[in-house]
Amino acid sequence: MDFRFTDDQLTFQATLRKALEKECTPEQVRALWETESGRSAQRWAQLAELGLLGLLVPEDHGGLGLNEVDMVLLLEETGRAALPEPVLETAAVGVPILRNTPLARTWLPKVAAGDAILTVGHPLNPYVTDAHVADLLLLPHDDALHAVPRTRTTLRRQACNDPSRRLFHVDWTPTADTRVAQGPDAHRLLDAAFDRAALACAAQQLGVGQHILDMGVRYATDRQQFGKPIGSYQAVKHLLANVAVRLEFARPVVYRAAVSVAHAMPTRAVDVSHAKLAASQAALLAAKTVHQVHGAIGYTWECDLHIWMKRAWALDITWGTSAWHRARVAAAVIDGLAPSASFGYTRPLTAERGSPVAS
Amino acid sequence: MDLNYTPEQQAFRHEVRTWLEAHVPPAPLPSFDTAAGFEQHRQWERTLNSGRWSAVNWPVEYGGRGVTLLQWLIFEEEYYRAGAPGRVNQNGIFLLGPTLMEFGTPEQKARFLPRMAAGDEVWAQGWSEPNAGSDMAAIRASARKQGDHYVLNGQKTWCSRGAFADWLFGIFRTDPNSERHLGLTFILVPLNAPGVTVRPIAQLDGDTGFAEVFFDDARVATENRLGPEHQGWKVAMATAGFERGLMLRSPARYQNTARKLVDLYRSCAGSADPCLRDAVTRAWLDAESYTLNTYWTVSRLMHGGSIGAEASLNKIFWSELDLHMHETALALLGPRAELHRGPAVGGPAVGVGSAGPLPVGSLQAANSDPLLEGAAVGDWLDGFLFALAGPIYAGTNEIQRNVIAERLLKLPKG
Repeated sequence: MDFRFTDDQLTFQATLRKALEKECTPEQVRALWETESGRSAQRWAQLAELGLLGLLVPEDHGGLGLNEVDMVLLLEETGRAALPEPVLETAAVGVPILRNTPLARTWLPKVAAGDAILTVGHPLNPYVTDAHVADLLLLPHDDALHAVPRTRTTLRRQACNDPSRRLFHVDWTPTADTRVAQGPDAHRLLDAAFDRAALACAAQQLGVGQHILDMGVRYATDRQQFGKPIGSYQAVKHLLANVAVRLEFARPVVYRAAVSVAHAMPTRAVDVSHAKLAASQAALLAAKTVHQVHGAIGYTWECDLHIWMKRAWALDITWGTSAWHRARVAAAVIDGLAPSASFGYTRPLTAERGSPVAS
Repeated sequence: MDLNYTPEQQAFRHEVRTWLEAHVPPAPLPSFDTAAGFEQHRQWERTLNSGRWSAVNWPVEYGGRGVTLLQWLIFEEEYYRAGAPGRVNQNGIFLLGPTLMEFGTPEQKARFLPRMAAGDEVWAQGWSEPNAGSDMAAIRASARKQGDHYVLNGQKTWCSRGAFADWLFGIFRTDPNSERHLGLTFILVPLNAPGVTVRPIAQLDGDTGFAEVFFDDARVATENRLGPEHQGWKVAMATAGFERGLMLRSPARYQNTARKLVDLYRSCAGSADPCLRDAVTRAWLDAESYTLNTYWTVSRLMHGGSIGAEASLNKIFWSELDLHMHETALALLGPRAELHRGPAVGGPAVGVGSAGPLPVGSLQAANSDPLLEGAAVGDWLDGFLFALAGPIYAGTNEIQRNVIAERLLKLPKG
C-alpha cells in the first residue's frame, strides 16, 4: 500500500502546468471565444509534443503506453488552466476505445502525433463536444459502436453557456463499415469509455476548483473594505475554509478512481461516480463561494472568474449529472446491484458475514 | 501508486481479527461515562493490554508493537468491525502518549507509558477554564513553583473523562506576570492529590463524560512537568495536533457507522422519505472519502511527511460527517428516534438518564426487525448526542476554519 504519485508523475504535472501557464492564459482563452473553431492548432501540437495526447497510446503506436494514474494529474492541470481543447475526448476517452478496435494501427499514431482529433458521443450527453474539429467521431447506435469520419456527418452547432465549449448535434448514418464493435463488446467499450470520461471530468474539476479557490484567496487578500482586507474577516475566511475542506477530501477520491480505472477493478463504476460527485461538489462550492467573495465584480464578463465557474457547471452535468452518479452509487451500495467495497475496511479475509455491501 | 496490502499487512489483519474474535465481549458494555461502565472499560483495556493490543503503534518497550501507521489503520478497521468497546483511555493513549514520547524524559516515559497502556492509569484532559474556551491562551489556573513542587490553584472545566479518571494533563500559568501563550507549563496531575476536587458534570445525555476540577493549593512534584517550564503552549499544541489529526478519529469508526446506516435504511426504506436515500448515500460516500484521505495522509507521513494545520481539515470533515450520519439515522427512525437505549423489557436500566425499564415492548411486538427495536434504536440516539459535541470539542470548528484560512490559505489575520 503506497498511496502516492511517483516523482515522474509529479514532474510531468509540473511541466504541463508550466506550459499551460504560458500557453493558456485567460487572455488566450478569451481570444479563442471569438473564433469559429474556438480551438488552437498550435497549442494542440504542443500538447502532442509534451506527450499528453499519446499518453494512453501503446508505445508501438507511437505513444507513451501509460495509464490513467499517470494521466489524472495532467487532466487536473487542464482544468486548472481552463484548457478549451478536447484532451478529455481525444486522449482520455477516444484513445482507449480505439486501442481495442482494428482502427488502432491507423489512428493511434496520428492521435499521438497531434494529427488527429477524436470525440465521443454518449446517450447521457445530448450533444457531442468538439465534433467540428474531430477527425473521427466515436458514436453509439443501437447495439453497436461506430467510428465515423467527420466528412460523413452533418453538424449543427448548439449555443451554450461556457463560451469555450463547442456543442453539436450530429446527423449521421450508421453503416457496416463504420461499425467497430457490437453487442456485449460495444457495451463494454462504451461503459469503460463512460467511466474514463467521468473520471477525467472529476480530475478537471479538481483543477477548476483549486484555481477558483486560489482566485478567491487572492481577491480576499487584495480587496479592502472598512480599512482591512476582506479576507481578514471571519465571515469570509470561513467560507473559503469550507471550500478547502471539500477540495482536500475530493482529491484522494479521484486518485483512487484512477487506480480503479487503470486496473479495471470490479468497483470501478462506484469509485468513478464517487470521484465525480466529490470533485464536482468541491468545484461547485468553490464557484458559488468565490463568486460571493468577489461581490459585484465577480458578476461581470470582464472578471475572469466566470471562465472557471462556467467550466465547473458544465463538467458537473456532462458524463452523468451528480444525481445520476449518486443514483448509481445508491444502486450499488444500498440495493447491492453492483460491486462496491469500503476502502480497506471490508476487504474480507474469509467469507464475510452480514450485508451484501460487504462483498 | 499501489493500493493493495502487502502479505505482511494481510497477516497482521488476520492476527488482529483472530484475537478480537476470541476476546471482544459478546454484549456491549455500559457507557464508560458511568461509574460501573468506566470500570468495565478499564478491565477491557487490561484485556487489550494482555494481548499487547492497547497501543499498537507505540514502541515495544512501552507496551506497544511498534507497528506502522498503516497497520494502526488496519487495527482500527478490525477493531470497529469486531464491535469492540470504546477506548476509555483515549486521552492517554492517543493524545498524551504521543506527546510524552516527543517531550518526555526517559524517566517520565518509563513511569507513565506502560501504566497508560495497561489501563492502570486513565487520563482526563485539562484545557478549558470558565473564561478560556476557544481562547485557550486566556487560561488563569496557576502553578507556583515551591522547591521541588508546583502549587496549583484555579479551575479547569469540561475535562473529558474527568469524573472517573486517575490523572489529568493540562497547562497552567507558571509565570504570574506572563500573558497569553507565554509563561504556561504542561503539568501531569494525579486527581487524588490533596487540594484537587473533581465535580462531575452531567451531560445532556445524563452521563458524566466530563467534570470540573478545582485546585486549592494542590501540590504536584516538578518531575510531573512535561517539556520545559513556560513552554507548555508548544507542548499543548502538539497534543492538540494529534487530537485533530489522525489518532483521535480513525476512519473505520465512520465506515462502521455508514454501514449500519445503510442497514437501517434497508429496514426503513418502505416508510422513509425518498430524500433520505440520498442522505444515506452521501453519508456512505463521505465516510469513504474520509478513509481515502486518511490513507493518503498516512502514505505521506510514512515517507517523511508531516501533518500540521491540515489536521483542521480533518476535524471539520469527521465532525460534520458524524453529525450528518446520525441526523439521517434519526430521520429514518421517525417516531422511534426519541427512544432511549435500553435493555430488553424488565432488565436493569442503563445510565443516569434512563428512569427505568423502557416502554418499547409494544413496538418490539409490532415490529420484528431487530434494527428497529429499543436497544438498536437507542444506540443511534446516543450516537447523535455524542456527535453533537464533535464540532465543539478538540477546538471548535470555527477555530479550525480560522486555522485553515490563516495557516493553509494564508489569508490575513483578523
